[in-house]
Parts: sequence; structure tokens; C-alpha cells
Amino acid sequence: MAEKVLMKGNNAIAEAAIQAGCGFYAGYPITPQNEIPEYLSKKMHDIGRVFIQSESELAAINMVFGASAAGARAMTSSSSPGISLKQEGISYIAGAELPCVIVNIARGGPGLGNISGAQSDYFQSTRGGGHGDYRLIVLAPSSVQEAYDLTMKSFDLADIYRNPVLLLSDGYLGQMIEPVELKEYKKPNNLPAKDWALTGCKGRKPNVMKTLYLVPPESLIKHNIHLQEKYGRIKKDLCLYEEAETKDADLIIVAYGIAARVCKGSVLKARKEGIKVGLVRPITLWPFPEKIISQLADKAKKFLVVEMSMGQMVEDVRLAVNGKKPVEFFGKAGGWIPSLDMVLEKIKELK
Amino acid sequence: MTVMKKPETLKEAVTHYCPGCGHGIIHRLVAEVIDELKIREKTVGTAPVGCAVLLYDYFNCDIIECAHGRIPAVATGIKRVHPDLVVFGYSGDGDMAAIGTAEIVHAVNRGENLTFIFVNNAVYGMTGGQMAPTTMLGQKTTTTPYGREIKEAGYPLRVSEMLATLDGACYIERCAVNNAANVIKTKKAIKKAFQNQIDKKGFSIVEVLSQCPTNWGIATIKSNEFIEKEMMKIYPLGVLKDKGD
Repeated sequence: MAEKVLMKGNNAIAEAAIQAGCGFYAGYPITPQNEIPEYLSKKMHDIGRVFIQSESELAAINMVFGASAAGARAMTSSSSPGISLKQEGISYIAGAELPCVIVNIARGGPGLGNISGAQSDYFQSTRGGGHGDYRLIVLAPSSVQEAYDLTMKSFDLADIYRNPVLLLSDGYLGQMIEPVELKEYKKPNNLPAKDWALTGCKGRKPNVMKTLYLVPPESLIKHNIHLQEKYGRIKKDLCLYEEAETKDADLIIVAYGIAARVCKGSVLKARKEGIKVGLVRPITLWPFPEKIISQLADKAKKFLVVEMSMGQMVEDVRLAVNGKKPVEFFGKAGGWIPSLDMVLEKIKELK
Repeated sequence: MTVMKKPETLKEAVTHYCPGCGHGIIHRLVAEVIDELKIREKTVGTAPVGCAVLLYDYFNCDIIECAHGRIPAVATGIKRVHPDLVVFGYSGDGDMAAIGTAEIVHAVNRGENLTFIFVNNAVYGMTGGQMAPTTMLGQKTTTTPYGREIKEAGYPLRVSEMLATLDGACYIERCAVNNAANVIKTKKAIKKAFQNQIDKKGFSIVEVLSQCPTNWGIATIKSNEFIEKEMMKIYPLGVLKDKGD
């Protein structure tokens, strides 16, 4: 087994970004994600890559817009209120079809909320977040190791689909220290050439990066259809989830991120007591793993969605279950985290 | 006799600008400078939100269209990735004096090695003639129907003077395109602002007082006089900062 090192979730994300060839980072400090810019400020500098502490989140995401347009692997990170500020830029990046990685170490909201981990940004993450019909690829880790692995994957997916990728973690995972295997980054061989990048038009026609489609009048409709076709391709290609004890389960728990990790413990404990319960943990929040949930809805009797929010992903589960079985919700927003026993109690209540 | 040619940096296109608008002149000056410095193939332009949003329809070089006010941040991203490219910003008074004040202040303060053209026509042109922070006292716009009053809308903002106080600014000059002599001076300033970037000297800005007869509601010839008589009182021409060598 490869050697493991103890690492904070935020530092693991930063290290993975460096390994994956992130050439440009811009961000503005906000708790609980500050370890990411702090880590990168030194390491990026030491290896001759670009780190900028920007004047605002608006500036940070627009610097990323420029850096990505120039062909670099670019990343920004923030936490919930800061991610709200970045939405304008994210809409432009999605509209211009540029790759980039956005990390949200989510905290409680609305407003300033607090600095505890939370899962209240699910709607914002999976529905686009800013104005216009667009989608982000959204990946949700549930351990420090997975945060490391998915950060690397985020850069690849962004490049493959020319689309922003959001790594949706939370304050608990960001601050948690766990052993991590610092796997070597392996560049996929299907990365498309960035022939669209702004590099000066020597020997070619000028490249234009834009999101305004005025004439002919149908050009914006065409652009939106083109984007939808891409999102359709992504939905077909990409679906990551973890399944545990679902085969004969009467009750299926659906949870993601740190909440899912707690739920897994509850499921295993319930199994020891003979309760037929299983877990589905979506890793891609968009595209949402609706197929597996729909299939399980044919066999299972009931679903329970556990979230550290007032109920957001539960809507996607209900869409996937499509009325076939009842879908219950258990969760609170504002820094609440379920305990193994709390979920176990809920399981017993519903079985 | 010298025959004037269209600069290679300008495309064969008819612009959408109104009669008497200064943008066409300023576009041509920027294009001539890029030609003369032989940098077209290593130049990236950043287009604003505002009348000049379609910069890529007119300029024959790589261009990115930015969100309103965010040009200095986008240009920073490009330039830091490719320090050997020449990156210029083309902004209006909405970008520079209102929605993008944070971005321009900090890009200048970081001393980014960029060239900015700041077109000041004292009004929001593209959206139909609303007040800009640069609108003069008493000036009528669609959102100051009785003329700009201090108690409701404050004072005209002198962005270039403000930016000139920053240590990161290398060169800032205010010019105008209201007559031939000033057009020649504007070109000289633009050329210097590009040359500074090539010489890695830091942030250069050329503010250009420009005509907007449509939204000022006056004839094109009168608008040249308006720049001279009204705008220059508030926005005097000249070099505001020059770090030199």
C-alpha cells in the first residue's frame, strides 16, 4: 500500500490542484476555506505558477475567466457567500464554454450564516447558480482522500467538456484531517486541444471569446441548444455514486458528502440489527444519478434523504423516484450535522 | 501624397456607432498603433460592456468580451498566463468609473503590465443615455432629466486623477478626439501606453474625452465644442502620471 500523509481537506484540494497542473489560482479569503489560498500562495509561487489574492470574489472569478480563456488550467475557491458573488462570472464562463474549477467549502446560510459546514448550496450548485440556462458539473467528496482525487478529476472533466466544474465540499470536510494517499496525477489521453485559446493570432484567424449573441436573432437560441446538447452528452457519460447494502433494502437512504459518511455508519449498524436498509451516495450531484434511484424505487419500499439543509437534494430524489415510493426527509440547516445514532433512530422510525 | 490605408488591425466592417461618435476614431488610433508596433499577432483585446462591446467585429486580433466592469480582472488573468502577449483593455465610463472601480483600482495598484483605453463621454451610451459618474453637473441625461444635481447624484468623478495617486500606475494621460490636433496627441499617448507594456513598465491608461452627440442631444459639430468648452473644464487634458524610465 502506498504511503499516506495526514492532511487537512482544504490542503488536499490545493495539493491535488498543483499535481493536476493548475497554472492559475485567484481567490479572496473567506472561512472555512482559507487553507486553500494559503497553501497555494507558497507552492504556486515556488514552482513559478500564478497565485493572485484578488480584491473580491468578482475579480477572482473574472481573473479565472481570463486565465482559462488564455488556455491555462485555472481554479478559484471560496465558501458559500463568496460563491454567491462569483455567480456572475460563472455564468459568463459557462456561456463562453471555458473550463475551470470552482471549489465551494460550503458554510451555513443564508446571508453571512455561520462558518460551520453545511449543504445549503445544493440548489445554487446544481441549477446553474447564475443567470441563464447552463449547468455546472458538480462533484461532492465525502472524505479528504476523495477531495484529493475529485479535484484532479475536476480539471480533466472541465477540459474534456469545456465546462466549469464545481467541487462542492463543506466546512467539516475542509477542516478535517485524515490520511491521504497523494496519488500521482495521470493526464488522460482524450483531452481536446485548446485551439480556441487566446494566445495571439499568429498564423491563424483571431480567436474570439464572447457570450453576447445579438444577430441573427436566432443565434442565442442556437447557442443555448448547442449548450443543452453538451449537457445531454455529459448526462450520458458521467454518473458517479457509491452504493452500499442496497440489494435487498426496503429503505434506501440518499445522502451526499459528509452527511453520507455518517449515514453509512448508521446503515451498517442497522444491518447488524437486521434492518434492511441501504445507502446511495451521489458523487456527481450534477448529473444526478437518477437512474439508480429510479431502479431502486422499483424494489425498495421507502426512501429517506438526509441533508445538512432544509431539504434541497430531496427534490431531485423525488423527481427520480417519480412518485413510485414515499420519500422522507431528515435534515436541518445552519451548521447541523447528523450523528450516527440520530440517523439510526430515524431508520427505525421509518422501517 | 500619402494614401491612407485601413490598418491591418481593423476588419472590413461597417461599425454600428452613431454618426459623430468618437469610438470609430479611437478604434482607428488603437489599430494604427498596433500596426505600427507590429504586435497584432501577439495582442489580446478585452472588450467592455457598453457601446464598444462588439470590439471583436472590428478588431483583427484575439478578443475576449467581458462582464461589465470586470475587464481589469480578465485582462490580469490573460496577462499573467501569457506575460509576453500584449493585452489591452478598452473601457467606457461605466466600467472605469462605476461598476468596475474596484477592479481598475486594484489592477493598477498591483502594477499589472497592461494598457487601458478609457473612453469618457460623460454618459451611458449603449443603454440609451443615462447618467454616468462622469456626467457633468447640470448635464441632462435620461436619469437626470433636470440636469445632474449634487444633492441627488454627487459630483463628476475624475477617475484618472484618482488612479494617478496609486504607486502601481506607470503612465496616465487624458486626451480628447474633438479636433485633428487632439487626435494626433491621442494617438501619441496610445502608442506610448502600448510601448510601455512592451517595455514591461506597468499599468498605462489613456483617458479619451469622446463625443456622444446622440445621447447629448446635440449636433455632431457642437459635440466637438462641448468637449472643449464643458468637459475639459472638469477633465483637463494632460499627463497625470508618468513614471518614465
